[in-house]
Amino acid sequence: MSSSDYDPACLPDLLPLYYRRLFPFFQYYRWLNYGGVQKNYFQNREFSFTLKDDIYVRYQSFSTQNELEKEMQKMNPYKIDIGAIYSHRPNQHNTVKSGTFQALEKELVFDIDMTDYDDVRSCCSAADICSKCWTLMTIAIRVLDRALRDDFGFQHLLWVYSGRRGVHCWVCDEAARKLSVAARSAVAEYLSLVKGGEETVKKVVLTEPIHPFISASLSEVERYFKQYALKGQDILGRKESVNKVLALVPEDVRNELQIDFKNEKNPEKRWDLISGYAETKQHTAKKNQHFEKEIMLQYCYPRLDINVSKGVNHLLKSPFSVHPKTGRISVPMDVKELDTFDPFAVPTISLICEELDQPRTGEVGEKSEDIKENEKDAAEKRRMRDYKRTSLAKYVKYFDQFLDQMASSWKGELLRKSGML
Amino acid sequence: MQFSRRRKNHVANPQMELYGHALQFYGKPPLENISLTEFETFAVDRLKLLKIVESLGVSHVKLSEPYKHKLEYESKVLNLSHRLSTVRADEYEKRRKDHISHFILRLAYCQTEDLRRWFIQQEVDLFRYRFNDLYPEEKLEFLHINNLQYDRISAEEKENLKSELVNSSAVISGVVVEDQDFYKVPFQDALDLVRTRKVYLKAGYVYIPHQDIVAIVLNDFRTRLSKALALTARSLPAVHSDERLQPLLNHLSHAYVGQDYSNQKNVGKISLEHIDSLSGKSFPLCMRQLHQALRENHHLRHGGRMQYGLFLKGIGLSLEQALQFWRSEFIRGKVDADKFDKAYAYGIRHMFGKEGKRADYTPYSCMKVILSNPPSQGDHHGCPFRHSDPELLKQKLQFYKVSPSGVSQIMELVKGMHYQLACQKYFELTHNIDDTSFSLNHPNQYFVESQKVLSGGKDIKREKDPQSSQETAAARRSTPAQTTEPGTSQELTETTADLTPFFNDA
Repeated sequence: MSSSDYDPACLPDLLPLYYRRLFPFFQYYRWLNYGGVQKNYFQNREFSFTLKDDIYVRYQSFSTQNELEKEMQKMNPYKIDIGAIYSHRPNQHNTVKSGTFQALEKELVFDIDMTDYDDVRSCCSAADICSKCWTLMTIAIRVLDRALRDDFGFQHLLWVYSGRRGVHCWVCDEAARKLSVAARSAVAEYLSLVKGGEETVKKVVLTEPIHPFISASLSEVERYFKQYALKGQDILGRKESVNKVLALVPEDVRNELQIDFKNEKNPEKRWDLISGYAETKQHTAKKNQHFEKEIMLQYCYPRLDINVSKGVNHLLKSPFSVHPKTGRISVPMDVKELDTFDPFAVPTISLICEELDQPRTGEVGEKSEDIKENEKDAAEKRRMRDYKRTSLAKYVKYFDQFLDQMASSWKGELLRKSGML
Repeated sequence: MQFSRRRKNHVANPQMELYGHALQFYGKPPLENISLTEFETFAVDRLKLLKIVESLGVSHVKLSEPYKHKLEYESKVLNLSHRLSTVRADEYEKRRKDHISHFILRLAYCQTEDLRRWFIQQEVDLFRYRFNDLYPEEKLEFLHINNLQYDRISAEEKENLKSELVNSSAVISGVVVEDQDFYKVPFQDALDLVRTRKVYLKAGYVYIPHQDIVAIVLNDFRTRLSKALALTARSLPAVHSDERLQPLLNHLSHAYVGQDYSNQKNVGKISLEHIDSLSGKSFPLCMRQLHQALRENHHLRHGGRMQYGLFLKGIGLSLEQALQFWRSEFIRGKVDADKFDKAYAYGIRHMFGKEGKRADYTPYSCMKVILSNPPSQGDHHGCPFRHSDPELLKQKLQFYKVSPSGVSQIMELVKGMHYQLACQKYFELTHNIDDTSFSLNHPNQYFVESQKVLSGGKDIKREKDPQSSQETAAARRSTPAQTTEPGTSQELTETTADLTPFFNDA
């Protein structure tokens, strides 16, 4: 089960098997076709493939599910990215007059990457993650999921594990897909609280009054803060990490805390001291009065790569693409089971390919049915059944549920349209 | 949008219904004939005004008293004020000028994405200032004339949401909520309020207090203008076939950035060994910071590569030099040569217009550095005066041997959000001159001006203080080739001498 089972050198051998027997093309097409409500929605969508040796092929597009399957099985991409829906077929973008080929729509997407938290996690850095810092992703999903649903009114949110160190969110509502660049950046900025680069120490500054969005986000963060930051990361334990925290409080409080901390070594008690000062400060001072909230947010609040969300034409790694370094499949995540999601339990391509070779059980009954079907259906059936025999099954099942919910929304749309005809 | 080629009488049909209000939404294009001279003066005056709007927006808080005061004064000078004139005929003439000049600039500024963005931003800022300056009854009249109607929420709904509404705006107290009308509109119609979290947002709708209604109007204005520009762009070929208008329009659209420093006459005149010493001498703080970060981490993230890479291109690095420069630094870190060629070389060739759509990109201006793409975790780009913690900035200035009084002068400017002035002050202090004769708006301008000063005042400098104060310990530390101090100073003098002929005529 561990990723040590996966050897990147085997990827060229495993990919053909994966695309031939396991990749859930049916669901994938069902998703991107969006019920066929809009003409050419799937056909004008850009896909881009990363092939062996980092060869990057942009502006791929396909007219049918079958064409997509054939091409993926032929190219065996190491990585698949999804782009925008364009005004023309992306694979013909060179044939139309320049300037008329334009990105029109795309899901509103968010990309949260663990490397952006390097200044506030002590367990790992860069591309590494562990179960300790994974909590940051859990918090990020909780905060954003709530805000996108309650504040912005979106319903169809697909959260996807990126396969290595982060998560993606695809907001699939029709209204979200139609957002302008300006609207996307406004949404992303509304959702951003942590600001500043290497030259900024204090990255969260709150002002009165605290916006309902911030209050709601804080209560999500609070659920995890003690366990994650105080126990897991021990931010009030070691001297240098304590100093980092103290750099975020007003000077007078910092001096007092430094004295208090000499006698108090317990991180949770130390945090109580900080909260205590914040409490008193709130009644007296006007400025810098929310420093304990600011600390919590700086350490835990989701850090968005805003440029990914802004652009309509920005590419993002596709669900069910394989991560070439870890071999893990980019799988949809069920937010209802978020707290038990374990990135290290996500199947690798080698695992599911191995599972295919396990002896089949309880299939005798089905076999007789197969004979009656024509050949194409049989192939389709076989693939459906193939992934069901692997650890990929539960993720595809969740994806199915997600699509069913979305389908009910476009069914209404289709009915309306046909009624008008 | 047709302007006649023939010179006709000025006095067009009275279009008073077109100019019924001092403020316009520019829904309909002008249909009268105007002379070429008028065409030009109108356009140039409006462009002047928009450039003033832009620079005020950087040096002042928008809609602060000094901002409004200066903008009012400049508008009056250019006869583009929205304030009612005492003479009725003047008022008509002014509105006509406002109307026509706006449409001429649409023609000039619809051509590229960059131009459109700039034009929309300035027009929106101008509109915001003008709208805010109207009397309440004039505002209502404006909404009425332009058919702008929004849904008001019921008293009951207001009561239910009271605490959320109060907490969503700095200026709304519980009492105010009761007296004020709130409008409920889709969040897409009030993006500026959403972006800054100045409004309550629930299930995709924002609840806007009456006093913030300008946000929806502005959003509307922006959307319409953006659509109109896209349409105008399509009809542009027809306009371009007129050989009298085309050069004029091109000239107008080039005027907005000032010099763009893409001029390639210095190409190859900088040698890579000199970059370290130049970064201490003649680079503005933003580039010095990026250079130092690059030397220390052997890597820069995308935003930093763009800002620094284009700057280097602007000071004269050739494509080959740039590739060599970035490669030699990156391979000292985690990136090997192969990975560099695959993942980063493309971006550098792209900057030089050798890949993708083959646009020759210009170095970023101060405005662009200050306003767009702020740095986030792991980034070193941006404007140090804008994007650093004041405390860190102070330390950095001290480290670079800026005198205590100089530091406090700079910090004062930073506090007042005069970032470019702060940088200019830094220039003055580090070049030992009292008053610069230019106004700083581009990192490459900083470099050129610095080279001018250093080459001009070279002899005097040497007598006074060969080891001049602003040499960086950092630059020396990171260049093993130049560890000894005398070596460094000699190196610098040589560089300066090399460059002299190329910058004297710049």
